[in-house]
Amino acid sequence: MSGTSATMLELRGVETFYGRIQALRGIDIDVNHGEIVTLIGANGAGKSTTLMTICGNPRAATGKIVLDGEDITRMATHEIIRLGVAQSPEGRRIFPRMTVRENLMLGATTGDPANFDEDLERMFELFPRLRERADQRGGTLSGGEQQMLAIARALMCRPRLLLLDEPSLGLAPMVVKQIFDVIRQINQEGMTIFLVEQNAYHALRLAHRGYVMATGNILMSGTGQELLANPEVRAAYLEGGH
Amino acid sequence: MEFQFAYFVDQLINGVTLGSIYGLIAIGYTMVYGIIGMINFAHGEIFMIGTFLTVIFFMLIIGTITFFPLAVLIVLLMSVLLTSVYGWTLERVAYRPLRGSPRLAALITAIGMSIFLQNYVQLLQGARNKPLTGILEGKDDILRVKYDLINTLNAAGQPYLVTISNLQLLIIILTVVVMVVFSQIISRTALGRSQRACEQDRSMAALLGINVDKTISMTFVMGAALAAVASLMFMMHVSTTDFFVGFLIGVKAFTAAVLGGIGSMPGAMLGGMIIGLVETFFGAYFNQEYKDVATFTLLVLVLIFRPTGILGKPDIEKV
Ligand SMILES: Nc1ncnc2c1ncn2[C@@H]1O[C@H](COP(=O)(O)OP(=O)(O)O)[C@@H](O)[C@H]1O
Ligand SMILES: [Mg+2]
Repeated sequence: MSGTSATMLELRGVETFYGRIQALRGIDIDVNHGEIVTLIGANGAGKSTTLMTICGNPRAATGKIVLDGEDITRMATHEIIRLGVAQSPEGRRIFPRMTVRENLMLGATTGDPANFDEDLERMFELFPRLRERADQRGGTLSGGEQQMLAIARALMCRPRLLLLDEPSLGLAPMVVKQIFDVIRQINQEGMTIFLVEQNAYHALRLAHRGYVMATGNILMSGTGQELLANPEVRAAYLEGGH
Repeated sequence: MEFQFAYFVDQLINGVTLGSIYGLIAIGYTMVYGIIGMINFAHGEIFMIGTFLTVIFFMLIIGTITFFPLAVLIVLLMSVLLTSVYGWTLERVAYRPLRGSPRLAALITAIGMSIFLQNYVQLLQGARNKPLTGILEGKDDILRVKYDLINTLNAAGQPYLVTISNLQLLIIILTVVVMVVFSQIISRTALGRSQRACEQDRSMAALLGINVDKTISMTFVMGAALAAVASLMFMMHVSTTDFFVGFLIGVKAFTAAVLGGIGSMPGAMLGGMIIGLVETFFGAYFNQEYKDVATFTLLVLVLIFRPTGILGKPDIEKV
């Protein structure tokens, strides 16, 4: 494990704008080595913006983002990714006219080519559907398969930090379970994960710690258990089932 | 009957030769459009610069390198290299600062760069024609060697011989080789994958660690390299150039790219072939003066009945 501190990712007072619209209003977040940390909140709260700001697109207007002691606030996106950050973004954003295999090859852009075959095999074990679909174009996959591909693509570079944006969105419960099982499994093998979810119940049960976000602010944080038990959280994000 | 066929074959060879040149230039338009959604109107001028570099390099080395095929190879490599530098610089200086600004700004800049490059060459090289013939002085005889294909009589009963020359063979074979190498680069290498990724979703490509600016630069370099290959062929075929030569050829190659389906590499080559053939056949069977009109009429018809071009795909696939 690199670095001496337990913190892998540190956001301090981060503000992000889209033109004149302020999407993040000075947020503080920590993600420690080996953790699953989740960020929950309603639609439009600023969750995706948080993940994208970590990756430098859009860039934070003020505040500081530190990865294992290195200030990445002003870095270009591809340089941040080269430091070992990978994201499965909102909407999956699979390359529709490329095959599953090519999408995975692109995921390995910053990885060590010597690991490629082994990692590809590993992804096919985690997501057997992708093996069957290996030579099919990304655009022909179902929503669940695209989500699996998006996660697998992010894992292909062997990141130290995996950012996941709403991996359960729009998927059947069976598929959601399958994907959350994989998230748990790779975390147990050591991967640090920052998970954005609207599906608060599942996310908080899975995560070590969580943050609650609304209109660009962090309202609350705590362990997954604490937040699950918190009446405000229950009222706002959990009532009415999950 | 036999003569009709022979005449047809003759024109076919001419058309394919011309089409190869258009196709190679058209790829530069189509690749740049594919990756940044911009028509690089200065691409014709990159071709024009290639023709001048061809003349200059031949002038420099033809005295020392007596084995002509080797001289051609050296000129080709040097011209490809230097023309690529021009393509790279064009993007770096004129287009990259405008990335993210409205399309119209990029379009106006492209037209501005086109005029600038014409004037730049005119200033450095003068406005007069630059012939290659004097420089080669019969050293290129090997290119004029012809092989008989069909030997027949024309309508008036005189002998009519259909031949193919070493030059025509060279142009066609070089085009095929270059096309095969390029499609392999696009479909199998990391660079080609990065280019296709940037075409489909540029910010996602960056999110995978692809250096988007570098990938766009490489696209300009590749387009310019192909234009340089085309300019060498053009110079050996037509033998003369001037600072304005890039305009009409550029417009035709652009037409070829649109005809084939802008954004599609095979489309650009196909479009180039069609333009070359239409131009040659129209000139041969109907009217030599109006061959360009035929070409552009074809473009208008395609745009009306199939706006995405022959191999172009409608944008609905995009997510
Ligand atoms: N590209 C954009 N341009 C302008 N505003 C945006 C853009 N993306 C998001 N926003 C705005 O920023 C706010 C936060 O959005 P987002 O981060 O997508 O929220 P979440 O992921 O929590 O649903 C919203 O008000 C949204 O409308
Ligand atoms: Mg979102």
